[in-house]
Parts: sequence; C-alpha cells; structure tokens
Amino acid sequence: MDFICGFDDANPLQGYVSLMSFKQKLISFFKGLSLYELIIGLGLTGRYFFARKITIQYPEEQTPQSPRFRGLHALRRYPNGEERCIACKLCEAVCPAMAITIESELREDNTRRTTRYDIDLTKCIFCGFCEESCPVDSIVETRILDYHGEERGDLLYTKEMLLEVGDKYEKMIAADRAKESKYR
Amino acid sequence: MTEGWFNIFTEALWILLKIAAIVLPLFLSVAYLTYFERKVIGFMQSRIGPNRVGYFGLLQPIADAFKLMFKEIITPTESSRLLFFIAPILTIAPAFAAWAVIPFNAELVLADINAGLLYVLAMTSVAVYGVIIAGWASNSKYAFLGSLRSAAQIVSYEIAMGFTLVGVLMCANSLNLGNIVAGQQGGMGQWYVWPLFPLFIIYFISAVAETNRAPFDVAEGESEIVAGFHVEYSGMAFAVFFLAEYANMILVSMLAALMFLGGWLSPVTFLPDSILWLFAKVAFLLFFFLWFRATFPRYRYDQIMRLGWKVFIPLTLVWILFVGLMMQTPYKDMFH
Amino acid sequence: MDIIFYLFASILILSSLKVITSRNPVYSALFLVLSFFSAGAIWLLLEAEFLAIALVLVYVGAVMVLFLFVVMMLDIDLKKLKEGFWDYMPVAGLVALIMFVEMIMVLNQDFFKTMQATPNHSVSNTEALGQVLYTDYVLPFEVAAIILLVAIIAAILLTLRGTKTHKGIDPADQIKVRRDDRVRMVKMKSETSIKRSR
Repeated sequence: MDFICGFDDANPLQGYVSLMSFKQKLISFFKGLSLYELIIGLGLTGRYFFARKITIQYPEEQTPQSPRFRGLHALRRYPNGEERCIACKLCEAVCPAMAITIESELREDNTRRTTRYDIDLTKCIFCGFCEESCPVDSIVETRILDYHGEERGDLLYTKEMLLEVGDKYEKMIAADRAKESKYR
Repeated sequence: MTEGWFNIFTEALWILLKIAAIVLPLFLSVAYLTYFERKVIGFMQSRIGPNRVGYFGLLQPIADAFKLMFKEIITPTESSRLLFFIAPILTIAPAFAAWAVIPFNAELVLADINAGLLYVLAMTSVAVYGVIIAGWASNSKYAFLGSLRSAAQIVSYEIAMGFTLVGVLMCANSLNLGNIVAGQQGGMGQWYVWPLFPLFIIYFISAVAETNRAPFDVAEGESEIVAGFHVEYSGMAFAVFFLAEYANMILVSMLAALMFLGGWLSPVTFLPDSILWLFAKVAFLLFFFLWFRATFPRYRYDQIMRLGWKVFIPLTLVWILFVGLMMQTPYKDMFH
Repeated sequence: MDIIFYLFASILILSSLKVITSRNPVYSALFLVLSFFSAGAIWLLLEAEFLAIALVLVYVGAVMVLFLFVVMMLDIDLKKLKEGFWDYMPVAGLVALIMFVEMIMVLNQDFFKTMQATPNHSVSNTEALGQVLYTDYVLPFEVAAIILLVAIIAAILLTLRGTKTHKGIDPADQIKVRRDDRVRMVKMKSETSIKRSR
C-alpha cells in the first residue's frame, strides 16, 4: 500500500526499475500521488457496505444440514428393542483419538454384549470412523450439534446415555441412514 | 471578602458544569462510535454486526461498559504499580483536555484562547506519555515493544501533522480555532480544503497514524506483539485506553472539520449555519476511519516510518512553499 | 492568584529535586516532565501562553519522549554510576558554588529588577512574538535556524555509513514491479502426447 513512489532514487541492485521509461515512471508517480489504488480498495469495501448480508442468525436460523452430518454419537437398537452392538470392538480399534472404551461379557443367552461403552467426547474428533467400521450400524453419529457439559466428566458419554440418545432420535437416525443407503 | 470567594466558587461551578456538558456527550459518542465501528466493519464484511442487545444492538456499548467495569484489574508482577495506573489516566486526560478550546459554534467554546491550535497540538503530543509509561510499567516485553513502536510513530507523524496545520495558519492568519472557521465564511467554495487539498489528505492520513488506527496500528499488531502497550491491562484500566483512542479519533476529526471543512458553517449560503453541520462533518470523517480499518491491511513498520518522514514531510513542505508563493501572486484571493 | 503561583512553584521545585534524587532514571525523566509542566503553568500565569504551550509542545511532546526512549532502554547500574562520587565532590561543589554566586550577582542587577511582565493586550502574545522575531531579530533567528539545519544534516549523515548493510527492499521500488518485466508468456506447441501404458 505504499502509494507514493519516485521520491527515492532507483535502487541499482534492481534492474527492473530502470526498465521503466520516463513516461511510465511519470505515470506511476502521479498514480501513486493520486492514491489511485487506495481509492479502488475503498470502492470495493464501499460496494460491500451495501451488499446483501449473509449472516445466519443461529438459534433462529440454521444452515441446511447434510444427512451425513457427524454430530453427537448414539447407540441404536433393533426394532424389537435389542441393542445392536455386539462388542466386536472394531470402533474402539479404529478410533484415531482413542476416545472409545469397550468392555464386554457373555450374556445368559450366549450372545456377546458390552458391559461398558464409553465415548469421551472431549477426545473425539468426529471423524466418523466408528460409524463406518460398525458391522451392525450400532454406533452412529447424529445431526445433533448443540450439546454441552457443565461439569468435568459431563462429556464422557456412557452406554446408557448413548442408548438414550439413540432411542430419542431413532426416527431421524433411521431416516438419515435410509437416505444414505444407496451410497454405502 | 466572603462575596469574592462566593463569586470564585460560583464561577468554578459554572466552568465545571460546562466541562461536564462537553465531556458527558463525548463519553456517549465514544461509546456509540465503538458500536458504529462494529456495525460498519460488519456491513463491509457482509455481516450484520452486533444486533442482540436492544433494538439493532443499540445497547451493546452499555453492555460492554458493564462487562469491563466488573472485570478484575490485574497488576502484573514486578510492575511499577503507581505508573501502571497513572498511564491510562495520562492517555485519556489530554484527549479530553484538548476539547477545552474546540469551538462548537461562534459563541459556544469553553476557553477561547488565542493560541488554541497550538494548545491542541501540545495536548495531543502529551498523549504519547500514557502509551510510553503503560509499556514500561507493565514489565512485559510485548507491551514495551508496542509502546516503543507507538511512541515513535506518534512523534513522527506529529511533525507532518504540524506542517499541514502551518498551511491552515497561513490561510487563516490566526491560531484561534474560531477565527480559522470564520475565515472560511461564504459557502463550500471558501473552505480551506480546496486550496490545501494535499495538506488535507496528509492531515487526515497522519491523523489516522496519530491515533494508532488501522492501517497504522502496528502498536497493537496482534500477530506480532499480542496487543501492544495495553496487553497487560484488563477491566476498567483497559477500557480507559479504549476510550482515549476513540476520543482522540473524534478529536482529530473535529479538528479536520474545523480547519478544512468550515466547521459549523453551512456548505451552501442559503442554508443557515448550525452546529449540526459540524456534527455531520465529523461523522463523515469518522466514517472514513472505520472504512479505512475495513479496507486496508496493516502497514509494515519500516513502511510507516518511510511514509511519515520521506513522503509526507517533503510533500507538506512543497505545498506550504507553493501556498506561500501563490500568496505573492494576484491569485492570492484563492488562498485568502 | 498568588496561591496558584506558589502551588505551581512548589510543584516545580519539588519535582526538580526529585529529578536528581530519584533512584530510577525513568522516574527522573517523568519528574522532569512534571517540572516542565509546572514551569509552563507559571508562564501561563504571566499571560505568556505562547511560550507556555511551546514549552509543553517542544520539550514535553518531543524532547522528553526521546529522552524517555533512551532511558527506558538503558540498563543502568546505579552502583557503578556512584563510584567515585566523593572524588569528584570538591570539584563539583566548587562549580556549583561559582554558579550560585553568579546567579545571585546576575539577579541582583537592576536589569532584572526593572523587568516586569507587562502583557500588551492590544496584540496577542503569539503575534507580538512573531513581530519581534521576524523584524528586529530576523538575522539571529535565521542564523539559529541554519545552525539547527546543519546539525540535523550532520546527524543524518552520521547514520549513513556508505554501503548498504541490510537486505531490506525499498518499498518504492517494490511497487514498481510490473508483470511485463518479470513474466514472459511463451507460446509453445504441445509435445506429442505419449500414451501411458496400462
């Protein structure tokens, strides 16, 4: 933004300045003196001053969300109420942030189920790998983005909390999965 | 004897009232200048700016003031406590003191002194102490670097600013701000901005540099030195620096309006002169401050120094010489 | 009005004393600023507003800022400075005594006794000063100006040490760069494309 030129002698180290003809030097001198480029810049911001504002006023307005949005996690159930998770621990293995902790046991009916399924949301990077690795579509990431914790540990989601999220939003989750089914 | 004391007392009270009548609206305009700054810059960035507190966010400055008032003022360890707290006061005092000689119309002026312009110059040059002391007393290297930068910048641009004022003095033949405005009587064509156009531009750019505003805000270049000289200040102490910056902006705009744009005089002869013209002119100039901030990227430090010393000072000298020469020719009426 | 004079005079004397007794040089410089201010105030009481404002403008606004600049950056070791204080004491005391006696002699002369501040109210202080400077004393004034100019040029010359020692590029040259000088567009026929083996 150095707009006035020609006061300093041309630096002999720099060949390009001497390449300018006298007329060009004169033009650039007066162009600098008239603040030409600054006025162009002011014109640009001046135009935007009257341009339409694109702010989304968040709680009242929201940007459109993709069905692939990766927000808060949820554990799903089958329609008969049985939890989907079979404790294969693929999500635990694939999690790059090591946010998932799973412990499992054999249930009375000889199926393997989790006794503990914790996601530390303060560690989670919301990459969606857990969702992708899950063979039974149990762990999913929902569209929910506005949640918070007020105390330390509030963001460590346990199995019960995750199942609760899943139960509460099952309709939305199922709809999103259905929409995405042809790409998976 | 008692009557004499009573007279002195009432006179002092009257002066205090007049001071309050200037300072309180000034505080209010400073508060709303911050609001308009956020709005204008927001608009230029396709945003809408503050709009939550009150209608159109109009109560935002008041909310900000409350927030700052209730914040803790932290004193850095090993800082010079006394100077640390004097510094913000030293910054804001000259910014307000300079208003004593500013005429609002032909009669409305607190102190109508002959060397009014010099007084304003002296006050603005004193303001640099607040910055220096703040940087030194904070015992922080960022604050110190910021204060050195800022002080060097203010001192440098003051010279260019002083020279532009010399041009005004030559035209007006007076150091009294009221007389300077009176010399521009007779419509827009008589304003000093026309014969002194280059000086007006240089004055305004120097004023932006003087007040440490973007694009000359290297003093607080947050990318290099966090926030410059006021990095260690918080709460009300920080707010005072903030107030001073905006009060200075209004002050230099007011000076520009008085000296170059005819002050309270109406631009066309068929409309009456009014203080409203003055406010309109000041608001117009202040808008440019905000516009600049929304448009230009920050200068590099050596570029600032070069612009001040190697470009502005020679340019002003050339134009002063030109004005002086023109005054000896038959065209001297153009320059009064 | 006497009260105001004594107020400023006492501030002036106290702050001047603090200038030489402060342990921290930054405080000393700031007290010097304060003493300039109170001196300016006393001049204002004498209705010499131009001088008062010029004092604040020049000394406080410019000279002392540079002073503070230097003082702030110095790492002053007071112990080292106070070394040999008593060795120099007799000489310093003698000089001080001579100056004191001289001052008394000068102030006792009639010249200063008859000098009364008689403000001329017909013209403003600034105008009167300008009239005198540019008529009666124009030659000394110009000589002083030329001496100052020479000093400025000499000071600038001292900082110019021949060859350039830094790699900074002059911004004036920087913006003179044009595309045409740097970039040459070459039209080339495309080479025969080689089909990639699968």
